[in-house]
Amino acid sequence: MNKFSLLMSAAAISTIVLPTATFADGTVEVLHWWTSGGEAKAVGELKSSFEAQGGTWIDSPIAGGGGDAAMTALRARVVAGNPPTAVQLKGPGIQEWAIEGSLNDVDDVAKAENWDAVLPPVLAAIMKYEGKYVAAPVNIHRVDWIWANPEVLAKVGVTEVPTNWDEFNAVADKLLAAGITPLAHGGQPWQDATVFEVVALGIGGADFYRDALVNLDQAALASDTMVKTFDQLRKLRGYVDQGFSGRDWNLATAMIMNGQAAFQIMGDWAKGEFLAAGKAPGKDFLCAPAPGGAFVLNSDSFTFFKVEGEDQLKGQQVLASLIMSPGFQETFNLAKGSIPARTDVALDKFDSCAVKSHEDLTAAIAANSLVPSMAHEMAVSRTVRGEIMDVVTNFFNSNMSSADGVQALASAVKRVQ
Amino acid sequence: MTNAGTPRVALERFLDRWLPQIVVSPLFAASLVFVYAFIAWTIYISFTKSGVMPNYTLVGLAQYERVWSTPRWYVALQNLFVFTGLFIAGCMIIGVLLAILLDQRIRLEGAIRTIYLYPMALSFIVTGTAWKWILNPTLGIEKLVQGWGFRDFSFDWLVDPQMAIYTVVIAGVWQSSGYVMALFLAGLRSVDDEIIRAAAIDGAGPVRTYATIILPMIRPVFLSSIIILAHLAIKSFDLVVALTGGGPGYATDMPATFMYAFAFQRSELGTAAASAVMMLMTVMAIMVPYLYSEIRGSAK
Repeated sequence: MNKFSLLMSAAAISTIVLPTATFADGTVEVLHWWTSGGEAKAVGELKSSFEAQGGTWIDSPIAGGGGDAAMTALRARVVAGNPPTAVQLKGPGIQEWAIEGSLNDVDDVAKAENWDAVLPPVLAAIMKYEGKYVAAPVNIHRVDWIWANPEVLAKVGVTEVPTNWDEFNAVADKLLAAGITPLAHGGQPWQDATVFEVVALGIGGADFYRDALVNLDQAALASDTMVKTFDQLRKLRGYVDQGFSGRDWNLATAMIMNGQAAFQIMGDWAKGEFLAAGKAPGKDFLCAPAPGGAFVLNSDSFTFFKVEGEDQLKGQQVLASLIMSPGFQETFNLAKGSIPARTDVALDKFDSCAVKSHEDLTAAIAANSLVPSMAHEMAVSRTVRGEIMDVVTNFFNSNMSSADGVQALASAVKRVQ
Repeated sequence: MTNAGTPRVALERFLDRWLPQIVVSPLFAASLVFVYAFIAWTIYISFTKSGVMPNYTLVGLAQYERVWSTPRWYVALQNLFVFTGLFIAGCMIIGVLLAILLDQRIRLEGAIRTIYLYPMALSFIVTGTAWKWILNPTLGIEKLVQGWGFRDFSFDWLVDPQMAIYTVVIAGVWQSSGYVMALFLAGLRSVDDEIIRAAAIDGAGPVRTYATIILPMIRPVFLSSIIILAHLAIKSFDLVVALTGGGPGYATDMPATFMYAFAFQRSELGTAAASAVMMLMTVMAIMVPYLYSEIRGSAK
């Protein structure tokens, strides 16, 4: 071997190795349905961070139907053999696609950056398929919040948000007597289900919640605790105003802001509405964890599909690393109203509700009371979730007895298992 | 000369014979693929265990058992029958009455006819959204009447699971009865004046003239109106989505919204396909006897 061929092979190696060694470039096409307000701004953060590293970002926003339209598009793309690089996809939905063999893993990046150490174990398990990371979480939303208007509460001499459901009922009865709507609620199936799971947590605690709504244990689903949950749900039905049917969640939040109602049970995306209207936490509105002393987890994530070509594979690795970087987690979540999925990010720039959320998250991880949300597609498949939502929404909108409701719930879950 | 003419004549003959078929064939091929092939594909999918993606493992009638064991499906079917029955009856009664009243050669008939026909120009989405606000107890009629001082007035069908389906009927009838009116008005105008005069000479009053002479004469209009209204009712999807979103709960679910929910919101293509096949069979149960009688009628 002479000098020349040595030089040639060195050059050849360098052309192969160097592009992968440099930090920049790669192409990603990202399919998502974050098209409104704070959400669009948040995804814009991701786009500009990615492009700042020299990559090419192809945006594929598909609005409509809370992601249903995007899912339909995704299905068509995968069938055609041309999936997007990364898709906004969450919870057991990730596993559904992984089982179809449609996903790439980003385990090399995850191992190198030690994601296991910084993510809550419950969330990490959702991001993995057969022990390998196939998705990266961008945030953590807490579902079990009660939002309140302090001025309205002051009218009946209450200063704090109730910490158990009996107290809540007592305050709500006082509000009713004073002619104020106690609970702002929108009668859409997912909102009914959100209230249902928050009540179930408050009545039965984290272990009951996990048995019934995550592990789908028949004994828990048909238990007396579940009957009590439905009883409380029936009480809450009496606390909503007459026009609740079909109302969007943000209009219910507006009722709190305008003083037309006292409480709303909703995840912390409601905070975005308050902040956008220029309201200050602690002063114009209160945020308090719902009863139960636990944490109901909702998280958005990007899932990596089986793409081909050096450029796109590279883009996937860079995107995964970027999503999990502390800097991005901070800027994204400031825009979105959630808290970072990484538990080690400093929260200096976040508001008091977010700080409280993070404290409770850490406590819940330690106490094993962190549970994934059923209503927000974190705990069970879309099939099971759909059946549970049917029962809950039918119960909430009818005169069904709690015993019948529990019966319907248990048999609906059994039917699809 | 004749030698040069022969191929042209042959071509003309060929075109004479085949041109209609050649012109129609792309359309025929397109509907063969996009309608009938996809119907066949849907039927096939309904026998498989397809979930989030089409999956070609056959599971027999499991998806149909699933559909028929889901309480929500029964609600959807019941709503379909309630809605179809009341929608057709309501549109026919109001449409025929309006047509008879307009038939009296009144002034400004053209303007009035246009006013009644206009709702048909709107999409069901617009109708649904407008009626959603009108019927909402905290925004619409109930609030208005209570504002007039009738504190006890209550009209909350939209949020009452037992009554919500009737609000869909109200909105549907409002939209479509003008169209039925136009069909009947055309029918009434085609009746020979001589017959009406003859009836008047024989001493028949206006009610009797219409009920026993004119309406029976325009029976074909009844048939075509009912067919048009029936297919509007069975495929009603947008009206329900805009007006109630299938709610409260799933009280106003229809087979079409049921199918949509299972296919696109719950990743259950197999179950959705089974419900779609059930819908197809419902439509065929209505259409096949009708087509059969039409074909037999024209063969005579």
